[in-house]
Amino acid sequence: MSFDVHKIREDFPILQEKVYGNPLVYLDNGATTQKPMPVIACINDFHRHSNSSIHRGVHYLSEQATEAYEQARITVQEFIRAKHSHEIIFTSGTTASINGVAFSFGERFVHAGDEIIITEMEHHANIVPWQMLCERKNARLKVIPFNDEGILQVDKLEELIQDKTRLIAVMHASNTLATLNPVKQIISLAHRYNIPVLVDGAQSVPHMSVDVQDMDCDFFAFSGHKMYGPTGIGILYGKEKWLDDIPPFQGGGDMVDVVTFEKTTYNQLPYKFEAGTSNYVGAVGLGKAVEYLVTAGINDVADHEHDLLQYAVGRLDNLGYVTLYGRAPQKTSLVTFTLRDIHPYDAGMILDKMGIAVRTGTHCAQPVMRHYGIDGNIRASFAMYNTREEIDALIEGIQKVKTMFGG
Amino acid sequence: MDRKTIQDVQEEIISEFEIYDDWMDKYNYIIELSRDLPVIDPKLKVNGNLISGCQSKVWLDADYANGIVTYTADSDAIITKGIVSLLIRVLSNRTPEEILDTDLYFIDRIGLRQNLSPTRSNGLLSMIKQMKLYALAFKTKYGSKREQNE
Repeated sequence: MSFDVHKIREDFPILQEKVYGNPLVYLDNGATTQKPMPVIACINDFHRHSNSSIHRGVHYLSEQATEAYEQARITVQEFIRAKHSHEIIFTSGTTASINGVAFSFGERFVHAGDEIIITEMEHHANIVPWQMLCERKNARLKVIPFNDEGILQVDKLEELIQDKTRLIAVMHASNTLATLNPVKQIISLAHRYNIPVLVDGAQSVPHMSVDVQDMDCDFFAFSGHKMYGPTGIGILYGKEKWLDDIPPFQGGGDMVDVVTFEKTTYNQLPYKFEAGTSNYVGAVGLGKAVEYLVTAGINDVADHEHDLLQYAVGRLDNLGYVTLYGRAPQKTSLVTFTLRDIHPYDAGMILDKMGIAVRTGTHCAQPVMRHYGIDGNIRASFAMYNTREEIDALIEGIQKVKTMFGG
Repeated sequence: MDRKTIQDVQEEIISEFEIYDDWMDKYNYIIELSRDLPVIDPKLKVNGNLISGCQSKVWLDADYANGIVTYTADSDAIITKGIVSLLIRVLSNRTPEEILDTDLYFIDRIGLRQNLSPTRSNGLLSMIKQMKLYALAFKTKYGSKREQNE
């Protein structure tokens, strides 16, 4: 079955909304994606028919809810091709996943004088947790730079690696430059020095086929809401060996084996990392979102979005007054840009009035903005339901901005 | 001397905006207003005077003489600058008491409330707060001077 964007659009009720009387053109998918009917219905049905706390009750509903939750785990496992379902930990999102690893891995393996390596293009969520760890442990943060094309200088990595390097954290796809980083290459280099690698997959998983075993990453983090699932649910994948080795990041119910006041022993994987009543409705919704992506065909989605990206870049370049940030050969489906002598905020306000939703500002990646000496820019990020017509609308909007503000 | 009250000025602005049905014309007018802003001395465009929103920057300075507060400002975004010029038109050259007592209802009435929403992060909301803080500070410091002069 071939990919039919118009058919896909029918599944997303919000796309029918009008904004200030204009049809909504939603190009802020890098921030969050809209939800298809199967996901909306699944969450609704779950509350209507299956809601009950998981792993606790002996009763029928609790068993149903637990089964749906564990099924969602398997769905995610198969989607990212993890070896075991207990390597899939439900968290509240990418940020929580990374913070969890920074805390637990840090507690176990990072000591004074040790080093963590990240990249210059990271989202704040993959910078700040490591900085906090370094402060706690008196460790040091090192940074792999990128060049003006937005390409990571992987050749600089080897000289950054020291005996004291404990972990490398890198984003799979950039939320500002769109760059797809050569994570396999980074991981294989790191593994030669026995250094584990955490990959932030928030911007890659919704757009491409991911195989964590083939990639050989040690940790992989992503969010449900950026891949057509609900908010407040995300995934931490970790290799069994690492998840066994590091302590839990939160204590509470469900993550324990035996609790006495003297000592508590922890539950087995994955429950060791899922303290408290987890967001089981979110997990079930995420499972449904994964099914939706699989049915749509992740490779067809990737092709469609690549086409949108090429089209958008071509049209933006043709305008003559647009600066694009990030020219890496391998990119995910987003563009960030500035309009000559026009403040991104002014452009964003006018586009908004035309019903076009873009993001303006630093996109939680201030070091990237600093690299280019700008305070912020405009981002249009595409999802499977976007069309070339919507990119035309964006271009028209930009032309209107240009006539209003000169520049 | 017949001096327009803050309310008079707010009503004046509301009627100026009433002639524009179309949002485009409204924004074009705001762009035009951005040129009327009593611009802050470039020397005063320092971090201490910067009201940092996440997206657009606003610099604000205040002076106090003869019981009257005057403001100068600037912004790197034109729409923000236009709205700042409206705020200054309403609040500048007023006594601290007038400034502190003012309910800025004109923003809502001319349909620009969304520009003041905290989620827009454009610094305007903090700017209003800062304008009032200046007024409060002058009032506290020089409180009774004007009354004495009168």
